[in-house]
Amino acid sequence: MAYKKYVEMIVKYLEDGTIMPLAIHWNEGELYEIDRVVDIRPCASLKAGGAGIRYTCMIQGRKKYIWLEENKWFVEAKGDKLNVG
Amino acid sequence: MERVILHSDCNSFYASVECLHHPEIRNKPVAVGGDVEQRHGIILAKNQIAKKYNIKTGEALWQARQKCPELVIVPPRFELYMRFSKLARQIYMDYTDQVEPFGLDECWLDVTSSVVKGDGMTIAKEISARIKYELGITVSIGVSFNKIFAKLGSDYKKPDAITWIGKDNFKDIAWPLPVGDLLYVGRSTQRKLTNFGIHTIGELADTPREILCSNFGKWGDVLHCFSNGYDSSPVAVFDNSPLVKSIGNSTTTPRDLENDADVKIILYVLADSVARRLREQGFKGRTVCISVRDNELSSFTRQHTLKSYTSITSEIARAGLELFRKHYRWYKPIRSIGISITDLVCDTMPTQTDLYCDERSRERKEHLDTTVDRLKNRFGSYVVQPAVLLTDTQLSGFDPKKDHTIHPVGYF
Repeated sequence: MAYKKYVEMIVKYLEDGTIMPLAIHWNEGELYEIDRVVDIRPCASLKAGGAGIRYTCMIQGRKKYIWLEENKWFVEAKGDKLNVG
Repeated sequence: MERVILHSDCNSFYASVECLHHPEIRNKPVAVGGDVEQRHGIILAKNQIAKKYNIKTGEALWQARQKCPELVIVPPRFELYMRFSKLARQIYMDYTDQVEPFGLDECWLDVTSSVVKGDGMTIAKEISARIKYELGITVSIGVSFNKIFAKLGSDYKKPDAITWIGKDNFKDIAWPLPVGDLLYVGRSTQRKLTNFGIHTIGELADTPREILCSNFGKWGDVLHCFSNGYDSSPVAVFDNSPLVKSIGNSTTTPRDLENDADVKIILYVLADSVARRLREQGFKGRTVCISVRDNELSSFTRQHTLKSYTSITSEIARAGLELFRKHYRWYKPIRSIGISITDLVCDTMPTQTDLYCDERSRERKEHLDTTVDRLKNRFGSYVVQPAVLLTDTQLSGFDPKKDHTIHPVGYF
């Protein structure tokens, strides 16, 4: 079952205040670069349990949702691998 | 022109927000309950599954557990509910600036001029879908031509439903409903109406206005308007700092209060919070009101208007205590108590000084309060306390200013 996992992020603030995620830390020392953000919208996560701004990110050619919940970032995690895709 | 009013009601709001955040309990009966240790042990909200067990808001946790032993009870997290309430309002504001909150989980919207977004039903459907998608909770929406029927519509079908009560169908939908479903027809009005043989909203609407007025005074007029759909009260424009009518705090105490000394402690803590909030928001008030509930849950309120406007902690506390001493005879111990102040004005308003009281001493008290406020803001509410609070730290050890007490303000 999926669970809510708060993650450490590297982000960029644009001039207009938009926050763009650049990379996601996963476990100790694993850093995944975000190739592209394809969608940003308010959305709830029923699987992880929470709501915020959902970023649809392309990581190594696969789609991954990352949520910004107020000032924290979370993902819908399954096990201890970052299941991109 | 006929208005288009929506009333949106988040279904089982606290429980839904908790269920969203706890996927593991989503398929179980869930209730949000107060802290038993602090004697706040009542059900605040319950989800749809818990409703099937006939769990009622307001009943004691032990009663609820008797009805449903597997009930999952989670503690309330008001900050989270405030966040979701704000998020919902932001969605409503995409359609109109006439968004009038009624408590945390309900809002009226006037979408008469929002034609670009579609008609009332279209907007209601879109809002309902967006709340579900963006917030992960559901709403019931009533669509009508006035606020009263819109509210009736949102109560008509739950959860996750939209009900249209228009001029063409209100006699079929609204009129057969029990008269108690009408906003502001409480238990006592309902009882009186029953005595007249009025059981449904339709029967109320059919009763001549004069008869209602002769029995209910001006309230009869209101009842007549509400039931016939003549209500024309506007939906207020949303303002981030809504007009404050009163400031108050109340608490259910950790143990029953037995004597004046106990009450003095609690009233001081509450009055301090009320006075600090007054000063923080730049108000002064004149009418002090106390509410008292004994351990058999019968309650009363009393109010007193002071000679001059004040935001001085000690004056408010003293007024509250005097009211209490005058009106309570200690037949029973007290379970909960509250103090509030109304009749507010801006603290910059010039005031008439009183020949017969020491205005200089009042000024000194004001300075003292401001200084203590600054200390409390920097070092916490407990850094400076009146000595009376130290006589029983179990009773005085709560901070009403930090707690969020939420209730809808009146309709009028």
